[in-house]
Amino acid sequence: MTELARDSLDGCVKCTICESFCPYAAATPLFPGPKYVGPQAERFRRTGVSPDFSVDYCSGCGICTQVCPQGVKIAEINSQARAQLWEERGIPLRNQLIARPGLVGRFGTPVAPLANWTLQNQALRRLGERLLGIHRDAALPRFAGRTFQRWARNHVSPAAERTVIYFHNCGTNYYEPAVGRMTVEVLEHNGFHVVVPPQGCCGLPLQSNGNFPAARAYVRRLAANLAPYAREGSAIVANSTSCGLMLKHEAREILEVEDDDLTVVSESMYDLCEFLLLLHEQGQLRTDFQQLDLTIPYHAPCQQQGHGIGKPALDLFALIPGVRAIELDADCCGIAGTYGFKKEKYEISMTVGERLFRELRESSGDLAACDSETCRWQIEHGAGIHAVHPVEVLHRAYGLGSE
Amino acid sequence: MTDVARFASYDTVVIGAGLAGLTAALRLAEEGQRVAVLAKGVGATHLSPGTVDVLGYVDGPVDSPAKALPDFAAANPDHPYRRLPVELIGASLDWFKARLGDHGYRGGLDENFLVPTAVGVAKPTALVPETMAAGDLRGGGRFVFIGLRGLKDFYPAYLAENLARASLPGEADILTRVVELEPPLGNARDVSGLGFARRFEEAGFRESVLVELDRYLVPGEIVGFPAVLGVGRAREVWNELETRLGHQVFEVPTLPPSVQGLRLYETMTTALRRHGCRLVVGNTVVGTKTSGSRLEGVLAKTAGRPLTYRARSFVLATGGFASGGLQLDSSGQIRETVFDLPVAGVPGSKQRPFEEGYFADHAISRAGVTVDESMRPVDGKGGTPYENVHAVGATLGGAVPWREASGNGLSLASGYAAASAILRET
Repeated sequence: MTELARDSLDGCVKCTICESFCPYAAATPLFPGPKYVGPQAERFRRTGVSPDFSVDYCSGCGICTQVCPQGVKIAEINSQARAQLWEERGIPLRNQLIARPGLVGRFGTPVAPLANWTLQNQALRRLGERLLGIHRDAALPRFAGRTFQRWARNHVSPAAERTVIYFHNCGTNYYEPAVGRMTVEVLEHNGFHVVVPPQGCCGLPLQSNGNFPAARAYVRRLAANLAPYAREGSAIVANSTSCGLMLKHEAREILEVEDDDLTVVSESMYDLCEFLLLLHEQGQLRTDFQQLDLTIPYHAPCQQQGHGIGKPALDLFALIPGVRAIELDADCCGIAGTYGFKKEKYEISMTVGERLFRELRESSGDLAACDSETCRWQIEHGAGIHAVHPVEVLHRAYGLGSE
Repeated sequence: MTDVARFASYDTVVIGAGLAGLTAALRLAEEGQRVAVLAKGVGATHLSPGTVDVLGYVDGPVDSPAKALPDFAAANPDHPYRRLPVELIGASLDWFKARLGDHGYRGGLDENFLVPTAVGVAKPTALVPETMAAGDLRGGGRFVFIGLRGLKDFYPAYLAENLARASLPGEADILTRVVELEPPLGNARDVSGLGFARRFEEAGFRESVLVELDRYLVPGEIVGFPAVLGVGRAREVWNELETRLGHQVFEVPTLPPSVQGLRLYETMTTALRRHGCRLVVGNTVVGTKTSGSRLEGVLAKTAGRPLTYRARSFVLATGGFASGGLQLDSSGQIRETVFDLPVAGVPGSKQRPFEEGYFADHAISRAGVTVDESMRPVDGKGGTPYENVHAVGATLGGAVPWREASGNGLSLASGYAAASAILRET
């Protein structure tokens, strides 16, 4: 365990505030709660063997660490314990597979129509559930067929005084290239020359699935790709709030990666909405927004909350005439990256999401907004409402197109 | 090169999300201010009952806070109540009752309720949620306390026996007994109070409790449950139990997690979101930016790098020693941890900071920040180190909330007063 997490352990006063907030403990008796599997069970893991299997039912949403009044790194402790558990048991094929979106994306993209048909086919999904353990109803994405990287290679970003580096994630590259294009166009509209360096997966899904060695290798490689730009003083902007948090925080505090490249990348990394709002604070964000008569319920993903920057998407929506944004109360949608894909966890994931789905349905929104791709897929699946990245709303309000 | 200034701007930044901080924030947000609440974690709401104790004990139980407060304040010149007029405390209670409408809070400054605690003490308190009101012991009565098999940390027999021995005012006569139920928990183990509260919102669970309990009740008995009768829908659950049982029903606060405190937090934070207040939990303030006697901003630790929150006014609501708002080091020095404000009431070198008995009157427990009528911190010479900082809640010195039964009352009234002062200034 990292010294940081270890040092924080004794701060636990057993107040159980973390357990009161844990959406997963509330949804299933299989997860006895963050305090139990964290600061308490950790004392039994000194021998290297976990006292039970229950820590695997932690989704890693990180809410426990946020609400802890004593600064105990509960989620970090639990992620590390999960990795130790899987190191002892061996990681199943399914978890190896769903933890590699880049690999899946590279294979799926050229055969997108077939791959998408397969993912929509009920019989094949049932087979997939039996053979692989990926739940037949889980909200898997559709391959776009053309990657964002391919679009970016053919796109000439106009020269500008200021440059920004764009870190798109695997989800944008393989499933939602339009989000990447809109991000670039919104940044260009605000006077930036946008550079899209070659880049791969940040390793977050591998970390969540307990494969720390592979996750470290991925994040080091990515940091090495981005570091030269950070050293030149460029800001790096990420539209995926969870992958951005991986580079800002989790790789250091959970994976214990100590690496100069990572340090400099961390300090230069901005969540897209965070970046745009900071521009606005300096009076540098263009506010030539068109009227958009839309009611938009907004869900801040757990990982977005992990940034500790408030909810910049809501502050940006407030600048657009006509937009009525609704801040939802529910904490978690239940998907937690790949958690809700798993056969044994799908029902839990849907139970966790119930409150959010209900709030979304009751909001009578025109569309929902959310900063994380897997959460958007879960929202569409669970609440039946179209969910977009906040940048899509900005893109439309700037009149840059309607996609 | 990308030049990115790293600041966010608000009208007021509140540091701390306990009752004091939430009160100040909500009052300001209601008046149209742009407010951010920065909190290291979730505050003491989850560790305290849902009651508002204003003044429960001064050499014995207090019958009427309104009558006792003036003398109490006069006799304790360093107490924060000295800076909080009775009218203002009353106004803060009215404000709170209106905001917490879903919980039907009852009471006020004129009379204290006397309600049982989980260990069977008759505790004076000014405001109780409606679900606790029938537990008022002042009129006497026959009380039956309900045990729920599987709920740790609530022992009705202990409660009932202690309470039977409690001395009550006037002619009040009480009889107590216990009924232990075995509610259906399936294969769940280690169910907390919150776990029970969630189950009480399920009709099937309620039904089985009602059916089992109905067999044991004697007409006229007042029924005391541990305070686990639902989370968001507690009042509905309570209402249904009263109607179906044909008995008065009330809740007794339990050990943490305090479901009543959690309800209070949920209601107040939901109201904050509706008013556009930004609540950032899991965020530690690590530095300040000042200009003369004005605080320009605070630096909050975020993932990646610190962010400066600029504001016109700041409210310090970080709590006392238990919450980390005050810190005692091994040399006996006491620090206010965010702004390094002057701390008064620090035991001198010839004074003993601690007495021997755990429940004794320890000199150190009165240490804290001293404020003026606007809740602005003052130093020993009457000067204000920051003209736009206000300190509220358990950070304030001169009080011993747990002995006086004054904790939530102080938090509420000081939070309210700070917001009033900020609204006057701006």
